[in-house]
Amino acid sequence: MPEATFLDANELVLNMGPQHPATHGVLRVKLRLDGEKVLGSEAVIGYLHRGVEKIAENRTYTQFAPYTDRMDYVAAVTNGMGYVEAVEKLLGVEVPPRAQYTRMILAELQRIASHLLWLGTHALDLGAMTPVFYTFREREEILKIFENYCGARLTTHAFRIGGLQYDLYDGFEKEVTQFCDYFMPKIDEYEALLTKNRIWIKRTKRVGILSAEDAIALGVTGPVLRGSGVKWDVRKAQPYEAYDKVEFEIPIGENGDTYDRYLVRVQEMRQSVRITRQCVERIAPGPIMGKVGKVIKPPIGEVYHSIEAPKGELGYFVVSDGSTHPYRVRVRPPSFVNLQALDTMIRGHLVADVVAVIGTLDIVLGEVDR
Amino acid sequence: MKPEPWSSPLLDELQKRFPGALSDTVVFRNMPSVTVAKESLATVCDFLKSDEGGEYTLLTDHTAVDYPKREKRFDLIYHLYSFKRNDRLRVKVVAGEGEKVPSVVRIWPTANWLEREVYDMFGVQYEGHPDLKRILLPDGWTGHPLRKDYDILKQDDAWVEANLGIKSGQ
Repeated sequence: MPEATFLDANELVLNMGPQHPATHGVLRVKLRLDGEKVLGSEAVIGYLHRGVEKIAENRTYTQFAPYTDRMDYVAAVTNGMGYVEAVEKLLGVEVPPRAQYTRMILAELQRIASHLLWLGTHALDLGAMTPVFYTFREREEILKIFENYCGARLTTHAFRIGGLQYDLYDGFEKEVTQFCDYFMPKIDEYEALLTKNRIWIKRTKRVGILSAEDAIALGVTGPVLRGSGVKWDVRKAQPYEAYDKVEFEIPIGENGDTYDRYLVRVQEMRQSVRITRQCVERIAPGPIMGKVGKVIKPPIGEVYHSIEAPKGELGYFVVSDGSTHPYRVRVRPPSFVNLQALDTMIRGHLVADVVAVIGTLDIVLGEVDR
Repeated sequence: MKPEPWSSPLLDELQKRFPGALSDTVVFRNMPSVTVAKESLATVCDFLKSDEGGEYTLLTDHTAVDYPKREKRFDLIYHLYSFKRNDRLRVKVVAGEGEKVPSVVRIWPTANWLEREVYDMFGVQYEGHPDLKRILLPDGWTGHPLRKDYDILKQDDAWVEANLGIKSGQ
């Protein structure tokens, strides 16, 4: 037998990334290909690993909060919210209603901002140039509100353990309402560009199908799980803050393909506006900090607290040994767990679909690698 | 508020089926936690995932905590969620240095990456894992950074010098 040559091989290994515009960061995917068809894949991650969990053990509870912003850096508000709530749960502190509604408004705006970033870049990956300009225009308005509130646009560190550092500025409610009024018709504009667009449908329908059983087995959460038809949202199932006091629906998909996940996220933006409006109506003057000491020193114990971040279930497992420093902080990142489903979703598809599936998973590598 | 003893029909059922395998059954901040003997982990997890065991079909998270002063230093933590019951359950397993822990990838495929991360960060060995290797750190790295005796400034100097061509990354 002559030795096999490159030409005989019907299986080719192709590295996609870590430097690749469609991987949304430093993700490397080793693809096993037969021509254009994907036989299997392996994601190689860790390029952005900064040891956030180790840093947490060497900081006080208060000092660690800003680090959480740097994990999912396009949704810093929800990252910080998950952490401060976990510590509050450990302390057994009640947060006053004004602080709760402020947090919810900012968190829902952050969800919209994160989904807008996703929509723009996802469409760009698939060849639609226009949406990214529109979505970034609207995202900018949200970032302006963040900047007015806490001085930062991206790494906001908006909340403090026990409540808020800053009360709302004059005209906040008006600005948020104006944004809601301005934004609702814009969602219809995005849909006019994409939802019935033949190219968009060809690139996304029946691409990257994930069944509900597979999704649950792989631990997938957030819009990806809902796109597979599982009606589950942490905000409804185990409400935190005041999510049990507002009305909203959980949009779900039917087929678990890329198109359904697109529809779910677009619907979620509408629901977020709905929640935001209700919060603005209910927000009343009052204290913004709960009863926490100057030094945060929780009792011995461990808590797991999770919230519905824009990308899925974001959990914090905090272990206290009774000192001022956490003994252990574990972050359960939605992106890391969701990325594990990539292999299942791209098998049998073409290389171009890999780009679509990475986009539809909506991962942020800062959160995957921590 | 201190941890309180956990009582529930599910716990009674667990006690009946796995006598002697459970300890430390407590509730803290509304979250029940149960420590399971390492040998029984796979059967207990199988039961918890089954219909009569509460259908804990979602393994939300798996991680570890290191207590180097203890005889068996690692607490392995499994956070389970049941869609049917809409509740969470924490299952703990205690393991010593170098002890092999049964893998739960067979029961919850999501454990694949989560166990790899615990192996990477703590050096816990799993038995029956399909592909146990580092996930966040480079393959040739020595040491497990989330252990308490691994200093925050410590790194694998030999690896850094060989691969990055610098004396130290600090």
